[in-house]
Amino acid sequence: MDALLLSLRLALCVSAILLAGGLPLAYWLAYSNWRGKFLFEAVVALPLVLPPTVLGFYVLVAMGPHGPLGKFWQTFFGHGLAFTFEGLVLASVLYSLPFAVQPLIASFESVDRKLLDASAVLGAGTLKTFWRVILPLSIPGIVTAVVLSFAHTMGEFGVVLMVGGNLAGVTRTVSIDIYDHVQSLEYAAANRMALVLLAISFAVLSLVYAVNRQVGRQIGRRLWTPWAAK
Amino acid sequence: MDTVGGEVNTSMLTACVKLQRSPAGSVPFLLDVALQIPAGITILFGPSGAGKSTLLDCIAGLAHPDAGRIIAGGETLFDSQVGVNCPPQARRIAYVFQTLALFPHMSAEENVCYGLDGMPQQERAARVDEILKAFRVEKLRTRKPAEISGGERQRIALARSLITQPRVLLLDEPLSGLDAELKAAIVDDLRAWNTARRIPILYVTHTREEVDALGERVIAIDHGRVISTGTPMEVLEAPRHKRLAQAAGFENLLSGTVVDLREADGVMRVILNGSRCEIEVPLGYAAAGDRVRVAIRAGDILLATSQPHDLSARNVIEGKIVALETRGTLVRARVDCGVEFIVHLTPGAVRSLNLAEDAHVWLVLKTHSCHLVEE
Repeated sequence: MDALLLSLRLALCVSAILLAGGLPLAYWLAYSNWRGKFLFEAVVALPLVLPPTVLGFYVLVAMGPHGPLGKFWQTFFGHGLAFTFEGLVLASVLYSLPFAVQPLIASFESVDRKLLDASAVLGAGTLKTFWRVILPLSIPGIVTAVVLSFAHTMGEFGVVLMVGGNLAGVTRTVSIDIYDHVQSLEYAAANRMALVLLAISFAVLSLVYAVNRQVGRQIGRRLWTPWAAK
Repeated sequence: MDTVGGEVNTSMLTACVKLQRSPAGSVPFLLDVALQIPAGITILFGPSGAGKSTLLDCIAGLAHPDAGRIIAGGETLFDSQVGVNCPPQARRIAYVFQTLALFPHMSAEENVCYGLDGMPQQERAARVDEILKAFRVEKLRTRKPAEISGGERQRIALARSLITQPRVLLLDEPLSGLDAELKAAIVDDLRAWNTARRIPILYVTHTREEVDALGERVIAIDHGRVISTGTPMEVLEAPRHKRLAQAAGFENLLSGTVVDLREADGVMRVILNGSRCEIEVPLGYAAAGDRVRVAIRAGDILLATSQPHDLSARNVIEGKIVALETRGTLVRARVDCGVEFIVHLTPGAVRSLNLAEDAHVWLVLKTHSCHLVEE
């Protein structure tokens, strides 16, 4: 059960961080007119196509005692990042970034621009428009973003293995645990864990679709479904 | 921003706007107008794509002119020469879009309150009550826009814009899609509201009916330029431009060549291209041999079944009915006189004259029903 709790803790931290950081990032990507924006869009989408081991490898190098991140962390916190929970959180945030940011961008972009104009001519600044108009109309996208980054983090394997290794209670997440059990031919234990993960994934996706439909009905339009991402 | 207790003023809206747009794949567009809009309703009339909405966007601050000056309520909101460019949220210019853009997740009351941030609760409630009453939508407070009917949505949108006590109200065809009666009722309420405040209201439309219903002053624009200003009569009854004539509902637009000018009589004679029809039209800026275009309303043409005599009308043209098409209470006759004329008749007239296809008829045109228009 340690592994499950650790995975849940990791997923919660990652989705919270991604929500906080994803909102401004997605806002900028959705509304900026800057020409070089496409470069950032590509960077954000990169984890979708990159093998987790490649991402994990570079994160591990950066976190190592000679890497920039590792050195920085050593100076401020007195210990390295590799093979720690914090290191795992950081790597997972990068790995799940597109799963949080893309639904947010999609739902921000689907807000009628005329509503933003109307808000401005009624005297509202950027912040008020964001809080009172864009955010409430993007709730399905926000739920999708949180839920998908949560689920994606729950199930990740390659990045965790590269960056976190396999330390019980520190970096041994569910998927690593399952792998361990299978390696030692403990199929029953592997099956228990696998079933839990399957159940969580199913519940989470059902929630996404239900919320999309419910809120979509209230505000008169369907928003984001996971497989319609750009 | 201070929208609270602001002085309601009667000052003009001055808008001098130059804006060049070269959208990829379409023709470059130049907007170049200078307008003075006094308090009360002014209609901005012109065909689609004339630049009306772009002009409103510039006034509201949603688009930025390349050069020009915008002054409202005595305050300079935009001046390219001194680098003033007030953001839209600080301009106090209300703008109702064609789509209304009501916030779909808020109730009618929340929509109306949107622009009243930072106002004491009591004053806010009083203002909301007052404006909901003025626009007759008190009962809809808690409803969402999706649960409100068309005309009432327009009323909510007007209330939301006007509650902030703006300096200017811009309306971009907000009443299109409503029937005439509903439209008139809303405009009456808007007029009543504005009698006490006297702000300039710029009302954009491309339909002739709205001009007739609303018009005090009309500014006609096309291809980004002002082509005519005046009362609806002056602008629409004697259009000087072909596109405006089409928009104003002139069914007959005929090309011709000037034969001669009779300055003493205030007329000139024009031979219509492709025919031997010569008609007399009011004197215009033209010389013999010039090609001109004449606009005549189908309803201004008289039709006779025998050759009329002793008329003041100077133009009597012989022809043959090609087709009679009944459209509700109107019969549209196509008459071939070498060129084809469209004539509007009543079903009664058709019956009493025994009109039928191939009938031999005479058309009678008053000189002053023939309007010279520019290309």
